[in-house]
Amino acid sequence: MRSRQLPLSGPARQSALRTTPPLWLRGGVLVYLGLLIAGPVALVVRNAFADGVGTFWTAITRPDAVHALGLTLLIAVVVVPANTVFGVLCALVLARSKSPATRILSAAVNLPFALSPVVIGLCLLLAYGTRGWFGPLLDAIGLRVIFDVPGMIVATMFVTLPFVVREVEPVLREVGTDQEQAAFTLGASPVQVFWRITLPSIRHAVGYGVVLTVARAVGEFGAVSVVSGHLAGRTETLTQYVDVRYLAFDLTGAYAASIVLGAMAVLALVGMNALRGTVHDGREEAV
Amino acid sequence: MTIQVHRVGKRFGAFVALDDVSIEVPGGSLTALLGPSGSGKSTLLRVIAGLEPPDSGAVILSGLDVTRTLPQDRGVGFVFQHYAAFRHMTVWDNVAFGLQVRKRPKAEIRARVTELLELVQLQGYAARYPSQLSGGQRQRMALARALAVQPAVLLLDEPFGALDARVRKELRAWLRRLHDDVHVTTVLVTHDQEEAMEVADRVVVMDHGRVQQVGSPRELYEQPANAFVMSFVGPVNHVDGTFVRPHDVLIHPIRAGRPMAGQEAVVERLTHLGFEVRVELTLAEGGGRLWSQITRGDLERLGLEPHQRVYVEALRARTFDADAPPVRDDALAAAVAGR
Repeated sequence: MRSRQLPLSGPARQSALRTTPPLWLRGGVLVYLGLLIAGPVALVVRNAFADGVGTFWTAITRPDAVHALGLTLLIAVVVVPANTVFGVLCALVLARSKSPATRILSAAVNLPFALSPVVIGLCLLLAYGTRGWFGPLLDAIGLRVIFDVPGMIVATMFVTLPFVVREVEPVLREVGTDQEQAAFTLGASPVQVFWRITLPSIRHAVGYGVVLTVARAVGEFGAVSVVSGHLAGRTETLTQYVDVRYLAFDLTGAYAASIVLGAMAVLALVGMNALRGTVHDGREEAV
Repeated sequence: MTIQVHRVGKRFGAFVALDDVSIEVPGGSLTALLGPSGSGKSTLLRVIAGLEPPDSGAVILSGLDVTRTLPQDRGVGFVFQHYAAFRHMTVWDNVAFGLQVRKRPKAEIRARVTELLELVQLQGYAARYPSQLSGGQRQRMALARALAVQPAVLLLDEPFGALDARVRKELRAWLRRLHDDVHVTTVLVTHDQEEAMEVADRVVVMDHGRVQQVGSPRELYEQPANAFVMSFVGPVNHVDGTFVRPHDVLIHPIRAGRPMAGQEAVVERLTHLGFEVRVELTLAEGGGRLWSQITRGDLERLGLEPHQRVYVEALRARTFDADAPPVRDDALAAAVAGR
């Protein structure tokens, strides 16, 4: 066979060059990730199990640890549904409303991204604390927010507020309103349109936003730390528990609790990847 | 079911989409709203469907004022240019949607969807998703979906605009046959004059948010109300305020000693398009340019060559009053009847 190379035309050739990054770049990325992420994580895993599985198990089944895990999950269970419902409604307003006021709303939704969690915690302290704006009112009805679970829930809600909104809003814009209008002309009521047309077309984005919200709610430290009051066995989440154990030189306890947090993060990542797969499986491609 | 649109106005900010528009669509007809983009034709269709509230005026369906009625209660079927297929539903569920939200019995839904999929020739595609269909198939599915609820009025917004030329031609002929079978009052929006002329019984020509003329395709072509309609519904030569269709420009050879009707002109260029030949000409007096549409046979008989001098004669040449106001439907109907 006569071998003859086909001359590569401009774009094809460029993409062939671009598809294989040079060795130094690939190596550089691996070293960077190794030093920053893989190495430290591996060390935590090694240290957690350094004294055997038995010690690890004892560490994570201590009453304070179990309570911290329970509280972390409780906060997630309240925060995630609340921010999912709010997130979808807020995204609908942002994507569909033509009013200039939506720009302000959009900026407000982004605020938790921009603001340091510690500052968020302090904001809540000023608003809901005993000497805060709503302090007297809350006092009157006997509801303790700051230095108790309600405050921790509010802090986590604040921090995780943007995730569902920011995932859903661009999808709503991309999907457009044609399908909803078609459903209206076919006799569907606004409620039917929402459940049968709008929600199914954004379901993957909602799922993705929920996973991100779960991951952030479980891992939140700063804002919750300011408003929790750090009462072991009462207002301590798992992240705070790790911090407390570490400061008490109980490294095995700190590492073991970290492993539990890490396992939850891995679950969230698996969920995220599964959803990402379905978002790009073709069926959801623009029609 | 007749559709009456009475003095409807609609603005988007400073843009006037509909300027005091009145039309009447006879029951059972297939009417085309024809106009360039921005002429207001799609807005008018959306006002009829209830998808766009008018600023003023009224929409009357079968004698009932529905101006304030929600789209879901108007009994209209709407087909969108980009199909608006429910992407997360199969073809079957798409077509069944209108019946399901009306809570019809399962057996009835099954029978109706089967019948409709047959009507639009998608029997084998019930389990597919819209993304697995071609553009033409998607639009047929959208039509079946709109027809499922037995609408009194079928509204089509540039239904073939996103399809390639060959599929578009096929679907046009198919839509015409479908309309002859189903007889639902249909309004079709298009910017393609050929599509309007080919499919519709009546054409409403719109420009700048106003109705320019209403009539049968033949009336529009032969008796255009103004220069816009004349230019929009077919090719036209415009020389010194006179409009003439290219096929009405006759070419005569110059023969010594025989004075001829018309003006002297020079052949500039010949373009062969199969059966049709285009002859581009420049008038000897005034230098005006025009073209004539002749057949290959004519060309051979005349033996035309570039740079040749000929006589041209314009049949059915028209002049229009430049500031003639656009004609409203009722006024025009009277004018046509009195002609």
